[in-house]
Amino acid sequence: MLLLIIKRMANAIFVILAVSLLAFTIFKFLGDPVQLMLNPQATQQERDQLTERLGLNDPVPVQFAKFVFNAARGEFGMSYRNQMPVMEVIAERFPATFELVLVSSILALLIGLPLGVFAAIRGGTVMARVFHLISMIGVSVPAFVIGILLILVFSIELKWLPAFGRGKVVDLGFWTTGFLTPSGRAALVMPSISLALFQISFIMRLVTAEMLEVLRTDFIRFAKARGLKARAIYFRHGLRNCMMPVVTMTGMLIGDLIAFTLVTEIVFQWPGMGFLFVQSVQYVDIPVMAAYLMIVCCIFITINLIVDLIYVVVDPRVDQLVRGGGNGH
Amino acid sequence: MVAWRSAALAAVLAGGLIAPANAGTLRWAPQRDIVSMDPYSFGDTFTLSVLNHVYEGLVRYDDKLQIEPALAESWEVVNPTTWRFHLRKGVKYHDGADFTADDVLASLKRVSDPTSPLRGNVPSYVSSKKVDDYTVDIVVTENYPLLLNDLTNIHIFDQGWLVANKAEAPTDVAKGVEGYATSHANGTGPFKFISRKPDAETVFEVNPNWWDKRKHNVDRIVMTPITSAATRVAALISGEIDFTNQAPLQDIPRLEASSDLKVLSNSELRTIFFVMNQTPKAFESDVTDKNPLQDIKVRQALYHAIDADAIQKVVMAGLSRTTGSLVSPAIPGYVPELDKRLSYDPELAKKLLAEAGYPNGFSFSFLCRNTEFVNEEQICQAVSAMWARVGLRPNLNIGPTTIQDAKFDAGQFDVGTLGWANEPMIDSYSILVQVVHSKTGNAGVFNWGGWKDAEIDALIDKAGATVDRDERLAMQAKALLRANELSMFIPVHQQPMAWATGANIESVLQLSDNKPRHWLTRMAE
Repeated sequence: MLLLIIKRMANAIFVILAVSLLAFTIFKFLGDPVQLMLNPQATQQERDQLTERLGLNDPVPVQFAKFVFNAARGEFGMSYRNQMPVMEVIAERFPATFELVLVSSILALLIGLPLGVFAAIRGGTVMARVFHLISMIGVSVPAFVIGILLILVFSIELKWLPAFGRGKVVDLGFWTTGFLTPSGRAALVMPSISLALFQISFIMRLVTAEMLEVLRTDFIRFAKARGLKARAIYFRHGLRNCMMPVVTMTGMLIGDLIAFTLVTEIVFQWPGMGFLFVQSVQYVDIPVMAAYLMIVCCIFITINLIVDLIYVVVDPRVDQLVRGGGNGH
Repeated sequence: MVAWRSAALAAVLAGGLIAPANAGTLRWAPQRDIVSMDPYSFGDTFTLSVLNHVYEGLVRYDDKLQIEPALAESWEVVNPTTWRFHLRKGVKYHDGADFTADDVLASLKRVSDPTSPLRGNVPSYVSSKKVDDYTVDIVVTENYPLLLNDLTNIHIFDQGWLVANKAEAPTDVAKGVEGYATSHANGTGPFKFISRKPDAETVFEVNPNWWDKRKHNVDRIVMTPITSAATRVAALISGEIDFTNQAPLQDIPRLEASSDLKVLSNSELRTIFFVMNQTPKAFESDVTDKNPLQDIKVRQALYHAIDADAIQKVVMAGLSRTTGSLVSPAIPGYVPELDKRLSYDPELAKKLLAEAGYPNGFSFSFLCRNTEFVNEEQICQAVSAMWARVGLRPNLNIGPTTIQDAKFDAGQFDVGTLGWANEPMIDSYSILVQVVHSKTGNAGVFNWGGWKDAEIDALIDKAGATVDRDERLAMQAKALLRANELSMFIPVHQQPMAWATGANIESVLQLSDNKPRHWLTRMAE
């Protein structure tokens, strides 16, 4: 277990360095912050001064070294656009994205898993076909289209749910939450559904496919022959044996959710990190973009690590495999 | 269906999910947020216009865009370099402090600080001096005519408040100087600043002690930016917002069809025009030994080839104002003669090209943005097709402003678009000195393609030192006319602006500077 974690950590550091180099080089060629920060009436002298102060005259390797050194200390400088330390800006947006992703993931698992199992064991029924059809829509229609459709129906026509924003939020000091107010919960409904729809469909289809695979195996047939209850067969033996790919994919999907929030947050004017990132791109707010990429990279790495650990819990053979240096078979 | 709808309505009222409008609360959704609460932190027109609800200047524009007294009651020119301002008495800041000469001095010191990003908005400022508590002398460079225009956008802080909060120096993004004023405000204006969550919500409340007569009946302004055009329109239709100063052009028919909503559209101060690189060598062309655009016949050919009416009708949905002038009629310095366009005549364009030695046309780079001006990408595509029709071969290069402007600044283009609103000055001197003038000293910052004419430069320089308004404007008009004669630029139109209001709003004042002024807004009682 420990070995596994150490191996993973070493990998992670390498990946983070690679991503930071990539992020840094991309941003090096992305427009001119000086021009964006100064107003049109500024003189050439003022432009030169600002360039100097931003350190844009330093050789590129020096700029990169500074960037990595500061990033390691959680120091990403000031946001050009918000005039606040980048980490503060991101910390302010993080709760919004986190709550959205959390609700979407729960929706995805709570709906996707049972539907997947249902579709596998009742393959031929009308209900299963309907779910299958809906899941087709879920995987093929982009999130922003679903978002707009939801707004059209529930905001414009029915006037039930707000079309934008987070509603009233309660500030807990270190965290702002929308869970505690009616308008905050109402505001969560449409964005989390439009975000989760793809994941629901995806998990459902994955579980169905895996379940069908497992149900064909001998030990399920033996279990049936032993006269075990259907529930035990399907959930304890069937579902558990197809959890490995599902856990992997769910981990990836949470990563995807964070990435997909970009679009959903724009459609619903959700004040989260994805929205912040898109705004930063428009204003070439390089410190924010760099910090965002680094943070998302760290989140992905953490999720992967957790997934690996869950593997070990679900299937102890994985640990053996790592310990035995790959000669476990 | 009716029963179903009312059941839905009952559900809404019971659940209170969509907040009902409070009496006197104006819910405003712009397309993007303001940059900061500090009016000296960034020279952004929209930010300044929002902060103008909290802060005021010594003078301001009235409802006809003429300069009128605000925190200064009157002024006179004492000598060619000194202006004396007599301040309004009895004005109080939102925290209760009195407005006096010290506040003006502290504000001017702050805005003219070498590190102030807004310093360019008071280019002529030298120093200021207190005569008595309600009189201030401002010293400027000799014979500078546009001080009042500049001062409309210099918001006045309270000196005591700046000192108490260590905010005397301007905030500076680059140095990482985050100021108290970035997230707090204390002005004399019609509304008090209450709270702010960047990109989510900014709240203002009426200032009951405002010195001016209250013409509005707005008690509270809640500003929530909505970036996505579709969502903004949805929020307006569903009654979640009352006002937007950016109604998307493509949705105007739909908004107008809704009985509760009103659309206010007009052409704004901003003129869109094409600039042509006139340095000795073309940037990217099959003519490699010289620059065809230096030939006036070629520039005229490009001009004659453009069907401006088609652009107005098709690309701008009939909402733009086709023009031959670089400045809109509302800008001082405009004369009607400027508005004469060269005719749309593709045959003549072909003839001119042949006369200039390019019977088969030539290729050139055509640089456009897709995030800056209204439907800019479509304009460029349409014009590319029109030029192709007379045998020219434009290579259209479209990208976001942040990327394209760096290319413009480096002169990496042959033809491109530019838009100029002449704000905050609202005077044609702005475009003349920044765009038309050759690149010398502080002039010609936006002279991207090395265009120049000695006669025009002389006229601009002279106008910049002429205090007599009529004399000055006559020179500026002459300079603009000369630029037209030389076909230095190709004007296209004054671009449209559109606002939309919901059922709660009785009237808003829309001027061509495209700035909301909610101290003049009436809400339905």
